Amino acid sequence: MDLTVDWGQVHALLGENGAGKSTLMNVVYGLVRADEGEIVFDGNPVHIGSPQDAIKLGIGMVHQHFMLIPPLTVAENVILGNEIATGAGVVDQARARARVAELSKKYGLEVDPAARVEDLSVGIQQRVEILKALYRGARLLILDEPTAVLTPQEVRGLFDVVHALVKDGAAIIFITHKLAEVIEVADQITVMRRGKVVATTTPKESNQAELARLMVGRSVLLRVEKGEAKPGAVLLALKELSVQDDRHQLAVDNVSLEVRSGEILGIAGVEGNGQNELVEAIAGLRMPRSGTIRLGGRDITHASTHSTLEAGLGFIPADRHRMGIVLELPVADNLVLSRFDRRPFARWIVRAFDAVRDYAAKMIKTFDIRTQGPDQLAGSLSGGNQQKLVVAREIGTQPKVLLASQPTRGVDVGSIEFIHRRLIEERDNGMGVLLVSSELDEVLSLADRVAVVYRGRVVATFEQKEADRDRIGLLMAGAA
Amino acid sequence: MTDFLSRLDVVGFIIATLVAATPLVLAGMGGVMSERSGVVNIALEGIMLTSAFAGYAAAVATHNLWLGVLVSIVSGMLIAALHAVLSIHFLVDQIVSGTVINILAIGITGSFYRTYIQNSELAGTGVLPALQLNFLPNSPIIGVITIAALLLIPVVHYVLFNTVFGLRTRACGEHPLAAETAGINVYLVRYSNVILSGALAGLGGAYFTLQQIGNFLPNMTGGRGFIALAAMIFGRWTPAGAFLASLLFASADALSGRLQIAGVALPYQILGMLPYVLTIVVVAGVWGRAVAPAADGKPYKKGG
Amino acid sequence: MKLDRAMRARLFAAVVLPLVSVLCGFAVASVAVLLTGSDPLAAFTALFQGAFTNERAFPETLVATVPYIFLGLAVALGFKAGLFNIGAEGQFYLGAIFGVLAGTSLHGLPGIVEIPLALAFGMLGGFIWAAVPGLLKARFGAHEVITTIMLNYVAFQLTDFLINKGPMSDPHSTAPRTQFIDPGAQLPVLLADTRLHLGLILAILAVPVVWFLIERTTIGFRIRTVGFSQGAARAAGISVAWTLVITMGISGALAGLAGADEILGVSHYMPASFSVGYGFDSIAVALLARSNPWAILPSAFLFGAMRNGAAFMQLETQVSSDLISIVQAIVIMFVAAPALVRWIFRLREVPVGGIAITQRETAGVTSET
Repeated sequence: MDLTVDWGQVHALLGENGAGKSTLMNVVYGLVRADEGEIVFDGNPVHIGSPQDAIKLGIGMVHQHFMLIPPLTVAENVILGNEIATGAGVVDQARARARVAELSKKYGLEVDPAARVEDLSVGIQQRVEILKALYRGARLLILDEPTAVLTPQEVRGLFDVVHALVKDGAAIIFITHKLAEVIEVADQITVMRRGKVVATTTPKESNQAELARLMVGRSVLLRVEKGEAKPGAVLLALKELSVQDDRHQLAVDNVSLEVRSGEILGIAGVEGNGQNELVEAIAGLRMPRSGTIRLGGRDITHASTHSTLEAGLGFIPADRHRMGIVLELPVADNLVLSRFDRRPFARWIVRAFDAVRDYAAKMIKTFDIRTQGPDQLAGSLSGGNQQKLVVAREIGTQPKVLLASQPTRGVDVGSIEFIHRRLIEERDNGMGVLLVSSELDEVLSLADRVAVVYRGRVVATFEQKEADRDRIGLLMAGAA
Repeated sequence: MTDFLSRLDVVGFIIATLVAATPLVLAGMGGVMSERSGVVNIALEGIMLTSAFAGYAAAVATHNLWLGVLVSIVSGMLIAALHAVLSIHFLVDQIVSGTVINILAIGITGSFYRTYIQNSELAGTGVLPALQLNFLPNSPIIGVITIAALLLIPVVHYVLFNTVFGLRTRACGEHPLAAETAGINVYLVRYSNVILSGALAGLGGAYFTLQQIGNFLPNMTGGRGFIALAAMIFGRWTPAGAFLASLLFASADALSGRLQIAGVALPYQILGMLPYVLTIVVVAGVWGRAVAPAADGKPYKKGG
Repeated sequence: MKLDRAMRARLFAAVVLPLVSVLCGFAVASVAVLLTGSDPLAAFTALFQGAFTNERAFPETLVATVPYIFLGLAVALGFKAGLFNIGAEGQFYLGAIFGVLAGTSLHGLPGIVEIPLALAFGMLGGFIWAAVPGLLKARFGAHEVITTIMLNYVAFQLTDFLINKGPMSDPHSTAPRTQFIDPGAQLPVLLADTRLHLGLILAILAVPVVWFLIERTTIGFRIRTVGFSQGAARAAGISVAWTLVITMGISGALAGLAGADEILGVSHYMPASFSVGYGFDSIAVALLARSNPWAILPSAFLFGAMRNGAAFMQLETQVSSDLISIVQAIVIMFVAAPALVRWIFRLREVPVGGIAITQRETAGVTSET
């Protein structure tokens, strides 16, 4: 594949999760070795074998997961690897802090050089990352999904910085899968799909719909075929629920929601606005600070995950590899992961393998999981089939309520359609579905009602008919 | 009480504690450097035992105690380098690698001891010179390795928290990938620190043979490497903390002997358990939690 | 016959790697023997004679194999849940203390009552000593490697306290040891004029039991799932905390069983210096067997033979019995570093990826609250 970036421009690299954007940039930054091809920088072919090489050339990268060391200070993080020190190798803290302060003033990246990184908000941490690159004299700055975890104000601030840098003559590669951002910030756009460049264009010559089509390869069915919802009794009720995150900050703030039988309630919001904590609290993985959770009339506020599942919750976790499946276990074992110790899959404490395998064979067929058989290790399945496995397991228990968190993340389009259809089918059969997704389009096309979260609060709830994309977008961004 | 204290000889007690703490603080600081860079080092025991033996053998062979100290340090570095190669290069689980070294140390020292030392005519090498503190009551003496250890504490502390090397070490122990993207050679930093920890523990090993008794006995370190590990944890992975913890643990040791002499009916084993029980208490966070560097014990693979 | 890639990789891991490791262990030990000025061939011949061909050597090898089987199973079980139980030695001691306590308290009952009681008591001792670190890990995230190391030394001090002029020492003996256990609690001897006792049968039976537990029961499934992925286990409603505690507990119970069995079958009393490192060696036994319960049998047998033969080797050839520690260290090193074997023998393509021995998720520990 070919990619050309010009000085003084923002070049957006657009593509779905797994399209190869980050891998490509890791090659440019020397973290991953290319199998073949060459990199030409400033007219000269260059070899980039390590981040040191990249830094020397003036390439800086802000990773999606920040490369900061939490217990160290801002100044220490910035100078790390290229330290300001005396001849004897002693770090000169005073000069380092002064230098950081000077840089942050020049580019409008306000930050306290003496603060510890672990005490800073995500938006400020990103500034530290950009400062790190600038300190090393980066002229080409790679930003990998920089807005994924930012609030709208922070995104604005970031765009201002990006524009200032470009004006200064730098080049920016802006990796994203968000169409609106691309149109707003980019001068040039390169669209990638499955490791290949499928188009190079500009915001003026293109529009969001076209970019979306290029990204996924065929017209996306933004509207899923579905009938009218027939909501029944309340199955899941959250009342004044508050939940803390790992750092004991309030992540879910006084949330009250109800999910009825036969409806899909979608939670829309920028990632990091309390969705994970909300999901974990419902699933019994995190104890709420206050409020109540009732499932089918039972109070499960302080119930363990085991009792919560027992009470009738199906749970599709957001992180498939870490929470959804056990990569090292066979497909069959994964399909009974939450019920392996119950009849017919076990008698007393002895597992009944025949029953497990029969059940697995049935589910593999019903859910169209492409596998060599029940004994294949789940880790060797494709992402889409792994996710279908999770969905099969959780729907297979016939729960009262299905809690689906990012149910189609990193999954191929075919599997997405399959999973969407299954969710609607289960809704029609009377299941209550709580869908949490950072893909607004997914929420809008599936949900019968949409709740918008911002900073841990539900800021608005809409019926599907009234749900207006732009209005919800504004709410997600914190604009009332 | 005053009667007891006078019999206890406070100055003598403090000096005895300092001396007994010597191998603990040296190996403990070694552990700090290694683990701060992200490599768990339960091999301190084996390193000290090997160094105690090698230093002694060299001193016997050359009739030069100082050369013996040097050989102790170098052999400590070599054994630590094996730990580094296994755990950093070959990605062996760091606990397994440390276990290998501890077992290997028993095998090597035991085998060579039997052949070359046990039946030899030589009755020891004598011990390194010591400083006699004439200005104190009873003129206690304090050995050179103890003095060296006391001098090294501020040095190691300063290196870890004020120098470029120390900054990079801590970065590699917390988040090696971040260090790598900042242009730091994580392997180099980890190798340096593990080998440095071998030098410190090696000097600790020399204490047993060349300062304490002037002879080698099989398995003479007797688990002191694990107490050093405990001191490192109890001291929250800092050199100064490891020193204070070493003093606490060594004083328990020194106290138990004196209590017996003083006729106090406290079983000495209870004080002997103290370092281990206290360490369990702090790793469990029951009283002031000790948190290891975030990447401690995790092998780092480039591009992974 | 042409073996496919996956099959070859498994064959390499299960057979070739352990064999090569043992051979390398002896090769390195030979160098050490040469350096001490002795003849390796003579040394290893004596080792072999001492382990197998001398009078009563073979039964004695089996006697030494028994604790290795129990302890190897104990450490291997921990590995399955991602737990590194370095504390088998301490649990071995506690099993012996509890076993001797039962054995000296019981009087005049038939063996069929006293033996199971005393063994069960030993298991209880090991269970408690191991469940504590399990609990500390589950509740507070305290790393089990640190806590089990520390508990080993607490166990040594405790033993010394109890037996060296302490509450459990034999008032009629000058040596630091306990009284003899009741004759009814002694394990029957299998072979006349040897020390080979019923414990061998028990140890061999323990292998399929542990295998069944790991592979066929819901408890074993929990253990393995937690070992592979604590996150997925938790999301599926498996209590990680409970699993960690119970795994450590069962592991400790097996180690405790080894301790009680050693008292009931071999010494019939407990000396202050009870173990000579059986528990530490068992880490190597489990690693060599790559945590496979069946493979524990040959692995334990090898270690039993080395331990038993070493004494005769030292007597015959003046080569220190500590030499076998070199063999052990090298064996673990190679088993744990397949990359090293490949590098030395310039093997290509054989093992696919690394070989996970411990299934440890990470050193950073998670606690469930």
